[in-house]
Amino acid sequence: MTSELDIFVGNTTLIDEDVYRLWLDGYSVSDAVALRVRSGILEQTGATAAVLQSDTMDHYRTFHMLERLLHAPPKLLHQLIFQIPPSRQALLIERYYAFDEAFVREVLGKKLSKGTKKDLDDISPKTGITLKSCRRQFDNFKRVFKVVEEMRGSLVDNIQQHFLLSDRLARDYAAIVFFANNRFETGKKKLQYLSFGDFAFCAELMIQNWTLGAVGEAPTDPDSQMDDMDMDLDKEFLQDLKELKVLVADKDLLDLHKSLVCTALRGKLGVFSEMEANFKNLSRGLVNVAAKLTHNKDVRDLFVDLVEKFVEPCRSDHWPLNDVRLFLNQYSASVHSLDGFRHQALWDRYMGTLRGCLLRLYHD
Amino acid sequence: MPGKLKVKIVAGRHLPVMDRASDLTDAFVEVKFGNTTFKTDVYLKSLNPQWNSEWFKFEVDDEDLQDEPLQITVLDHDTYSANDAIGKVYIDIDPLLYSEAATVISGWFPIYDTIHGIRGEINVVVKVDLFNDLNRFRQSSCGVKFFCTTSIPKCYRAVIIHGFVEELVVNEDPEYQWIDRIRTPRASNEARQRLISLMSGELQRKIGLKVLEMRGNAVVGYLQCFDLEGESGLVVRAIGTACTLDKLSSPAAFLPACNSPSKDMKEIPFNEDPNPNTHSSGPSTPLKNQTYSFSPSKSYSRQSSSSDTDLSLTPKTGMGSGSAGKEGGPFKALLRQQTQSALEQRGGSPHRFCRRREFPFFTLTAFPPGFLVHVGGVVSARSVKLLDRIHNPAFVGIMGNTRSYKLLDWNSFNSDEPETRDAWWAEIRQEIKSHAKALGCHAVVGYSESTSICEEVCILSASGTAAVLNPRFLQDGTVEGCLEQRWLEENLPIGCGFCHIPYDELNMPFPAHLTYCYNCRKQKVPDVLFTTIDLPTDAAVIGKGCLIQARLCRLKKKAQAEANATAISNLLPFMEYEVHTQLMNKLKLKGMNALFGLRIQITVGENMLMGLASATGVYLAALPTPGGIQIAGKTPNDGSYEQHISHMQKKINDTIAKNKELYEINPPEISEEIIGSPIPEPRQRSRLLRSQSESSDEVTELDLSHGKKDAFVLEIDDTDAMEDVHSLLTDVPPPSGFYSCNTEIMPGINNWTSEIQMFTSVRVIRLSSLNLTNQALNKNFNDLCENLLKSLYFKLRSMIPCCLCHVNFTVSLPEDELIQVTVTAVAITFDKNQALQTTKTHVEKSLQRASTDNEELLQFPLELCSDSLPSHPFPPAKEHLESASANSGIPAAQRATSVDYSSFADRCSSWIELIKLKAQTIRRGSIKTTVTVEKASPMGEGNFRNRSAPPCANSTVGVVKMTPLSFIPGAKITKYLGIINMFFIRETTSLREEGGVSGFLHAFIAEVFAMVRAHVAALGGNAVVSYIMKQCVFMENPNKNQAQCLINVSGDAVVFVRESDLEVVPTQQPTANCQPLCTEGEVTT
Repeated sequence: MTSELDIFVGNTTLIDEDVYRLWLDGYSVSDAVALRVRSGILEQTGATAAVLQSDTMDHYRTFHMLERLLHAPPKLLHQLIFQIPPSRQALLIERYYAFDEAFVREVLGKKLSKGTKKDLDDISPKTGITLKSCRRQFDNFKRVFKVVEEMRGSLVDNIQQHFLLSDRLARDYAAIVFFANNRFETGKKKLQYLSFGDFAFCAELMIQNWTLGAVGEAPTDPDSQMDDMDMDLDKEFLQDLKELKVLVADKDLLDLHKSLVCTALRGKLGVFSEMEANFKNLSRGLVNVAAKLTHNKDVRDLFVDLVEKFVEPCRSDHWPLNDVRLFLNQYSASVHSLDGFRHQALWDRYMGTLRGCLLRLYHD
Repeated sequence: MPGKLKVKIVAGRHLPVMDRASDLTDAFVEVKFGNTTFKTDVYLKSLNPQWNSEWFKFEVDDEDLQDEPLQITVLDHDTYSANDAIGKVYIDIDPLLYSEAATVISGWFPIYDTIHGIRGEINVVVKVDLFNDLNRFRQSSCGVKFFCTTSIPKCYRAVIIHGFVEELVVNEDPEYQWIDRIRTPRASNEARQRLISLMSGELQRKIGLKVLEMRGNAVVGYLQCFDLEGESGLVVRAIGTACTLDKLSSPAAFLPACNSPSKDMKEIPFNEDPNPNTHSSGPSTPLKNQTYSFSPSKSYSRQSSSSDTDLSLTPKTGMGSGSAGKEGGPFKALLRQQTQSALEQRGGSPHRFCRRREFPFFTLTAFPPGFLVHVGGVVSARSVKLLDRIHNPAFVGIMGNTRSYKLLDWNSFNSDEPETRDAWWAEIRQEIKSHAKALGCHAVVGYSESTSICEEVCILSASGTAAVLNPRFLQDGTVEGCLEQRWLEENLPIGCGFCHIPYDELNMPFPAHLTYCYNCRKQKVPDVLFTTIDLPTDAAVIGKGCLIQARLCRLKKKAQAEANATAISNLLPFMEYEVHTQLMNKLKLKGMNALFGLRIQITVGENMLMGLASATGVYLAALPTPGGIQIAGKTPNDGSYEQHISHMQKKINDTIAKNKELYEINPPEISEEIIGSPIPEPRQRSRLLRSQSESSDEVTELDLSHGKKDAFVLEIDDTDAMEDVHSLLTDVPPPSGFYSCNTEIMPGINNWTSEIQMFTSVRVIRLSSLNLTNQALNKNFNDLCENLLKSLYFKLRSMIPCCLCHVNFTVSLPEDELIQVTVTAVAITFDKNQALQTTKTHVEKSLQRASTDNEELLQFPLELCSDSLPSHPFPPAKEHLESASANSGIPAAQRATSVDYSSFADRCSSWIELIKLKAQTIRRGSIKTTVTVEKASPMGEGNFRNRSAPPCANSTVGVVKMTPLSFIPGAKITKYLGIINMFFIRETTSLREEGGVSGFLHAFIAEVFAMVRAHVAALGGNAVVSYIMKQCVFMENPNKNQAQCLINVSGDAVVFVRESDLEVVPTQQPTANCQPLCTEGEVTT
């Protein structure tokens, strides 16, 4: 006696969250059944393995049918085939687009191309995430990227509108898309200590302050080439950043800046002497990072540079986070007192974001 | 020009990409009705076209309006080649044809293609302007309302229940026409879908005409089925119950029903022709001289199977000649006469087209209070027919090749064929009628018909419950009728009246074991009662009910034509007998004494027959406590064998005890409790007193009865019998928190919460062809059903505590070694705590309710708990002891509540004799194979519960509930929008790519649900009640990577309003609120 066909269709589509998770995690039906058995569900419910197998198959089939719709979540809302309560729909979408930290760290900043997709074969064993799940996550990134790539307006809003994700997840996707678009290097060894959250935080600051959309003038002139407002860094702004070089190139200015900072922080900083000794190096590092951003290659290395030029030196001197904060605040603010420096607004736009990023990046 | 149909095509969305180059589609729409076609403009390059067309107007006869579906085809325009069809939508415009239903159909419909499934959606608006047509000779029956619901629909009141209507239409199946060889599968499928749609429309119109003839205005319990007879054609047949319904719109309608009929009758001109009836039924005297020889004395002892004991029953003609007999006798006779005359009058009413006979059948399963007076038992009949032979016998000789003849337009010739089918059914119905008479009943309720076809053999089955009805609803209300009614009601004990035997105990049609009613002590009741109807709302029940199934397979040799039919005819009686025995054993094992909703389905396959009986077992307070089951070994000398036997006996006794606990069957306790409760009426008090004084006796007696007196003896004489006993014990009870039944109402549960989940589950197993024995087959089949149930319990575990209601199993044998089981049901959650409290007093409540109820209460279990006036007497009286002792020594066997006999093929007359003999001990019933269970969705209970508060703002798709029940828990149905009757075919030539057979069928069923919901939503409804999947025919050819499936579903589209959404409706008093609600519904019409 073999079962040829075995289905269950509810007027309201049944969704088992546990099975959905197993499916999303890319387990085969038999693995999923084994995992469910291990969870003790048989004892709890008095069911048999055969029942579990049939149940799992059913859910997998349903998910498989739903997957097509999940690729365009608004379709899931408007389709008539599966009657699913709205909160369940939201759960389906949210979980489908959720990703693993380990995975996203592997592909963050990489081009979402076929080439990268091939790398998934290596990423899967490395991260312990099934290849199937890796593919799903990668395809999600790519799909979101493709859809919002050409769109005007707020990146987060666009993502939310087209994928109906929660605010939180939409922000994460905005970061992923932003990183993929700008190809920031995140995979270097010295960046390994950073979490996706760190990068996402930086991405959000950068989107808010460094992109075309951030300027807030775009909507008035639809014909200007202000597309991709949130995706691309403001080229003009990057160009202008070269002007900041004067802060380190002009020795007087540099000295003045240093003395302003040191005066203000004397006695307040536990690592004052180290700061004083390193001030010029640090300042040079930060300003040079800015000046280099005209080149795409250097944009990509932004985070490597920040870590190398600032985070690592401070860390080797064991600066407490609070000292870093005090230093950066003072370092940014003091520039306003430099009479010879004319690019205050530019400096604020740069440093305001950078300060936030650095503080976030500064941890073990 | 009686009608103008107006259609507007608004927009499309989610269309498939038809042009690979552009990834877009140039869509346009053809709108067709009858022979007229309109087209929209082509909307270039869009997957979401906005046609916003003008109103397309069709001027048509109302006859066409009823028959024809509106056909909407979406196509992709192609400049250079033929336009590609994207898909179609068929819209049944019938709901627009009567004033109280929908006024407009407007909404998004899935665009369906038989090869690709649903491909996008289209927004359509449909309206009908109907001109009044006073033509008396019209062929249309616009205005007659149809309901699938097998009870009087909520917000209506039955003024008169006229009776049985039936019709069938026959045609050539397009799949078998020569042209099918040269056309695409899509064209063939569409031809079929359209044809069935047309035939359904025509059928409905014809039934409507009959209803108008009877001066009714509605058909309730409308059941339409189609038989795919293959080469010999396609039959669409329908049965229903004609009624005159009154919309409940004013408080006046709520007057006690007994006063109103006469008034209402006058409002409706009802000139019943006083002609003597042309009826074939006999004199109205109770018949004791039926044509059936039920003489129990015929030697039954030859049967060696486990039911030996019941066969050895001797007629106890002398027994119980107490006052009850005298009291009941004349009363019953009077009732019978009255009922029959009412029925016959109806039959005698003038019909323009001649109908040969009238059958006093009712497809209803629940009735207005007081309608059902007595229930006799299940009656059923089966007949084996050869399609090939029967098929147009007239033609065979003349034409030589009937098929070529039939290629002509079906309208031109279909007059002849239905005659044959009509004759078959008439024959069966006649049989049913006479069985009912044998039981002293003049009516059959809960009546249904079904077929099982394999190649050219067809088994026709009909079954129902013989009953005595209150003539009040059948006659035009005369003063006498009303008086009579009062008299009846006064004399009818509440809550047990229907259990009292309708037949004359001195001339019992079969051996039965009668006792005085445990409830009223006045009349005789059988020890077991089987019925096909729902549990009457006023029935006094103890504990909870449960689903009971008997499953059986029998191998048969492959054979051709007549030999095959003979073989089947020979097997049938044995199957019926065994199914019955199984049911009886299982019922006893549960400690219960009555079955409701009994459906026995016999399915024929190439090399086997399958029998599946489902029913809901309950403990009726009026009937005696069932005895236990005793096992007797055949070789008493063998010590180890003895031991084995006693071990089994212990197991059985334990199981019975466990079941009693599980289902809370504890009659003595309840009676004691009741004694302490307040006594509302003097009449009841007297009974109470009695019960008080004798309660202690009863207890002891019950104890005694369990072990020996009434014990049902199973004789284990061979391995078969052993198997039977084992299989008895293998049925696992549902996990705790789950209950199941196949009726509308779960006895003992009355506090439903609002979460429901309807589902369909299909399983197909392949039998290993080696060593197929009956036992192996039985085991496989049993496992299949049990595993299916287990799976359901597991899947729905998040809904606990819940009850699977209306569990409907259908078995089919699509191929040699394949068994397909389809289950539809609904899971409903309930409040456990409340349930525990209420069940204890349930009996009293239901009794109380019965005395105060009005018609609206009928099928609302929710309302059962309305008032909590306590008290019902459980009168253990002296008679009890007497009768008990009189009966001692007589094993309570199957109480043949029903006698039926099936008419097998005429040519097998020798079998009839045998069969008739069996019939005495067998309750035969044919069961429709569909199982509908409603469930609440296990998914997201939380969501469901919260849903009413914050529905997703984004979603544009309204929720449409579906349920096989006639009600929605926690809600009031305010309006019926019309019947939904849909037929779909789906075919694939890429089975593997679509996920194999499971993927294919899963997607198809989901699509069917979606299309039903879309149609309901477009009518303005938010639920389908009395939903049923009447057919699910699945065929596969994995080698060719092909599969095909046909599904036929129906139900009533309704608007419901949540009780919680209505202002302050105390849930305990829902009945009082019915009125305002109904009026609300009325306002909109």
